[in-house]
Amino acid sequence: MAAALHAAAEHTLPQFMRVRARRQELADTWTLEIDPGGPFEFLPGQFNMLYAFGIGEVPISISGDPARPERLVHTVRAVGRTTQALAALGRGARLGVRGPYGAGWPLDAAPGADVVVLAGGIGLAPLRPALYRLLAERARFGRVSLLYGSRSPQQLLYASELRRWRSRFDIEVEVTVDTAGPEWRGNLGVVTKLLRRSSFDPANSMVLVCGPEVMMRHVATDLAGIGVPPARVFISMERNMKCAVGFCGHCQYGSAFVCRDGPVVPLERLERLLGVREL
Amino acid sequence: MAPTAGARAFNAGELDALLQALRAEGWTLAGPRIRDGAIVYDEIGGAAELPAGWTDEQAPGRYRLRERDDRALFGYAVGPHAWKKYLFPPSERLWTAVRSGRDVGVSEEQAEPPPLAFIGVRACELAAIAVQDRVFLGGERADASYRRRRENVLIVAVQCGEAGGNCFCVSMGTGPAAASGYDIALTELVSGGHRFHARAGSERGARLLSRIETRAATGDDEEAVRALLARAGGRMGRTLDTRGLPQLLQANLEHRRWDEVAGRCLACSNCTLACPTCFCSAQEDVPDLAHARSERWRRWDSCFTGDFSYLHGGSVRASIRSRYRQWLTHKLSAWHEQFGSCGCVGCGRCITWCPVGIDLTEDVAAIRSGAGAAQQERREQDT
Repeated sequence: MAAALHAAAEHTLPQFMRVRARRQELADTWTLEIDPGGPFEFLPGQFNMLYAFGIGEVPISISGDPARPERLVHTVRAVGRTTQALAALGRGARLGVRGPYGAGWPLDAAPGADVVVLAGGIGLAPLRPALYRLLAERARFGRVSLLYGSRSPQQLLYASELRRWRSRFDIEVEVTVDTAGPEWRGNLGVVTKLLRRSSFDPANSMVLVCGPEVMMRHVATDLAGIGVPPARVFISMERNMKCAVGFCGHCQYGSAFVCRDGPVVPLERLERLLGVREL
Repeated sequence: MAPTAGARAFNAGELDALLQALRAEGWTLAGPRIRDGAIVYDEIGGAAELPAGWTDEQAPGRYRLRERDDRALFGYAVGPHAWKKYLFPPSERLWTAVRSGRDVGVSEEQAEPPPLAFIGVRACELAAIAVQDRVFLGGERADASYRRRRENVLIVAVQCGEAGGNCFCVSMGTGPAAASGYDIALTELVSGGHRFHARAGSERGARLLSRIETRAATGDDEEAVRALLARAGGRMGRTLDTRGLPQLLQANLEHRRWDEVAGRCLACSNCTLACPTCFCSAQEDVPDLAHARSERWRRWDSCFTGDFSYLHGGSVRASIRSRYRQWLTHKLSAWHEQFGSCGCVGCGRCITWCPVGIDLTEDVAAIRSGAGAAQQERREQDT
């Protein structure tokens, strides 16, 4: 598979692929299932550059199941011109795809350890492939927990899948929202609050984090507070990207090129920088 | 590239023969000429178009041409252009996508660039080309466009006999002597008979020299070259103390100096465009009116623009302070980790072409001296 990944990553030209299905997730968020025209191998946490013809190209993480490479799945939040065009692509429409790029979640970094998947908002999308793999290879890991926070119950991504995972006995799922109406019976408050309720062993765990930078900063502090070594914490960074192969310079964060050295980076490498404003 | 033959010397009048020999071999010449009151790099036909008898005066935010009292052809420091405009063009088409029905075909730009001979490359510019070689060719992936152009270039270096008012190549260890990376290295000697000292740095450079009238360089020629380089090296307009520089900047990300510079910086991006090593680029998609065909263009970009760090709805680096800090810390600090060398070669262009005369050597000195060392508590207090 490594060879296939390498060959695919050599593409600097978009390959045009067909949208097989499109479904609305949230008010501003859609998931596209794309026919890659052959197996599209990727590592959980990697991303593709998606190109809307004549409009623009943006990095979007892959959010499908790595065990099903015949389906390429991307969840897109329509916030800018290009993402709006991508999210509007209907069944049968073509879009350009380059990738996969970047470093994924290091699921083999801590065999047997507890794994905590900590997501905020749309940050769940790049973590979903990791969850699929964790569940598919469940015996290789200790306890598996998903701690997910969102602004409101209406903005919980993959809600039906969350319910399905919740019904399983081999994964702990805790969800919290910032604000909710009286019909909400779940947790209220920021996602870091869930850390203390969760049953994982801080000294022997690995934590995978993706969400707004503000959230990741707090998570870093709180994880240190409960004794998770920073070397066992991995965060997925987001920056403007044009080329995705380390030449355009846009995605620099300190000395890291997020496209190439990330998007998944050990917290250890960036911890000092997370507190610097406008880096 | 070790010298492949003993050093040669030739009369200044013979330089044109060298240039014509290059043209006869199929090289297009790119060299210095005067345009719009500056010495720029452009296509030239021969030695007659070189800026004979002109020099440049440079200071922060200031550049003027002045007549020399001799007929030196390379009697200036460096102008606003860098050779990167040939190796990494300001804008270039990468590919074209064409729709037919529901399908889309993509064709990559394959045009072969013409063979270019760079005439008059300074030592700092050789260093800058080596820096961009590491950026575009040194990693796991090579940039195809840069490689095509780079493989088609021949370099005639001319060592500096003058130091500009904003030069600091000595501090950066990049000049004024040309160490490597050239096919021929010339030194222009004006007094004692206008002539050039020439050293071949490659087989093809040696072959070219053999096609014109030269003589073996004498001990006097060698001594004159040594004296000239020593004089230029001793007259640097600027100095930059590079000891522990990467760590110094990393330890001072919240230094008050960034605010002071931000008070003057216009975020105009002149420094990044004039810089011979800045490599950032933007991508633009240019569709036709029917939306049936669209081209992908790459053009120079600058970390000083608001769009550069755009991320869902806003700029990560909204303030000018953060953009200047990004530029300087990348150039002088992060670059070491990324590419194994400093990103600055000491050419001084960013100082000269800054409309408000911001001088990075001053900023580094201020941060080093601890002036305004009180670290500002600017840690973000999240709500």
